[in-house]
Amino acid sequence: MGLIFGIVVKRLGLGLLTIVVISLLIFLGVEALPGDVATAILGQEATPETVAAFRKELKLDLPPHVRYFAWLGDFMRGDLGTSLANKRPISELIFWRFGNTLFLAASAAVVAVPVAVILGILAALYRNSLFDRIISMVTLSTISFPEFFVAYILIALLSVQIVIFPSISNINDQMSFWQKIHAIILPSLTLTLVVVAHMMRQTRAAIINILASPFIEMARLKGIKRLRVIVLHAFPNALSPVINVIALNLAYLVVGVIIVEVVFVYPGLGQLLVDSVSKRDIPVVQASGLIFAAVYVGLNLLADILSIITNPRLRNPR
Amino acid sequence: MVFFKLLRQSPWSARIGLAMVLLNVFAAVFTPFIAPYSETEIVGDVWLPMSADHWLGTDHLGRDLFTRLLYGARNTIAIAFVTTMLSFVVGTILGFFAATLGGWTDLTLSRFIDILMAFPTLIFALIALSVVGTSVTALIVIIALLDSTRVYRLSRAVAMDIAVMEYVEAARLRGEKIWWLMRQEILPNAMPPLVAEFGLRFCFVFLFIAALSFLGLGIQPPTADWGGMVRENAGAITFGIFIPLWPAGAIAFLTVGVNLIVDWFLHIASGLKE
Repeated sequence: MGLIFGIVVKRLGLGLLTIVVISLLIFLGVEALPGDVATAILGQEATPETVAAFRKELKLDLPPHVRYFAWLGDFMRGDLGTSLANKRPISELIFWRFGNTLFLAASAAVVAVPVAVILGILAALYRNSLFDRIISMVTLSTISFPEFFVAYILIALLSVQIVIFPSISNINDQMSFWQKIHAIILPSLTLTLVVVAHMMRQTRAAIINILASPFIEMARLKGIKRLRVIVLHAFPNALSPVINVIALNLAYLVVGVIIVEVVFVYPGLGQLLVDSVSKRDIPVVQASGLIFAAVYVGLNLLADILSIITNPRLRNPR
Repeated sequence: MVFFKLLRQSPWSARIGLAMVLLNVFAAVFTPFIAPYSETEIVGDVWLPMSADHWLGTDHLGRDLFTRLLYGARNTIAIAFVTTMLSFVVGTILGFFAATLGGWTDLTLSRFIDILMAFPTLIFALIALSVVGTSVTALIVIIALLDSTRVYRLSRAVAMDIAVMEYVEAARLRGEKIWWLMRQEILPNAMPPLVAEFGLRFCFVFLFIAALSFLGLGIQPPTADWGGMVRENAGAITFGIFIPLWPAGAIAFLTVGVNLIVDWFLHIASGLKE
């Protein structure tokens, strides 16, 4: 047990280091601008006075390392600075939207994970059957589709041809839970379809990999019943890759949500990030980018740790 | 000749994929000859239905949609292709470099790229674009650099196996420089997996550019490109006009085609008979 603990702590440290380096990159990205950020954003016509004021507002008059630590320290304390576009504190803008994004991602995950795992296992068990071929074809097409194509097809079918669900998912705090669910059904369905396709293909590959290994063949040749082979021999070994697949796809979901949010004008963090990029509201971009990155790195870390725990072979690195 | 032999053995799915890709390439290359109108010419009313004059109707400014789709193919495919090429040049050079030199060059490069890869590409691109502003050059350079991390991983792994071969050792001993080693000894032997990867990366880059254009941060109007066309015409769908589905479908059509070919390539590469 102590050994696992050590490895997990090491992983966590590595994850933390990654996030620190990412925060540095996000910060330095602005520094690396040729010329001066202030003039680049304000344009050529800006007077020296406005540029100076703007530099002060971005705290560009302080040396870089001081600014970096100040920024990171404030970030840790929940003070994300103020938006350039509307002068409101960024934390006020972000937290409600981040909650909405997590709500949307979670609603997709709750449906997608069981469906994808069950379909993946079935496709692997009956591989090269008609069922497997059809599913392979459908998922290969789905992962080739851009998310917005799936989204607009769903809108065309379920919001225009038959008017059941809204094509704009506006939610607010006054709505009850079920009203919110009704409002986000289409974006959630879009995400579910895309993620199921990815996850199912990877699950299928992982299970086939295990079914092809010698110990399964051995168990079959000993004459053990098919169900017993699957439950007792294949399942414990499949757990590690499948958990890994799930965690990685959840990480993908958090990022994939951005485009879907824009399609459905959903008030989430992704929408805010995209808006801020086009407005060049750099403090908001930095803050929301760092939050997305931290969640993504965190979920990848979770995938690593879970696969170390479920796979004894990974506990003894050479 | 090898190509035709491969083609004869290919499954029907790969042939369909090849046909889909060739159709797109044909449309992209011969756009000015096929297109009935010019790229930004306004030819009629807004969102006209399909007719003999306008095969797919008109867009949100009254431009011929079929023409825009053709020019979109030209612009989107060309930019995605250039980006993928650039990403392969950067990725393979760095990857081969790390594999041939080894030691701390390899270690620092690999750790740095690990960290870059731990970062979601879309977020990275968005932050970078917010800093440098949106232009085609910025788009190509940013996406190529981000994507070259994946190419680096593969080319380093492949070159690692080749760099320990006797013929590389022999070349090293007769005093060849590192560039010569990389170009003459490693590159020809690393070609097959890199070619398969090229298809995969192209798909990814293509979808990525389409997504950024859709978000309004990629190729800027009035240049026709498929992602941007979906965005411009998105409003039509709530009136029951399915115009945005055409460019979105075109994106899907090309990526499905490339994926069908890549799937078959990977199948050959994995050596599976089943």
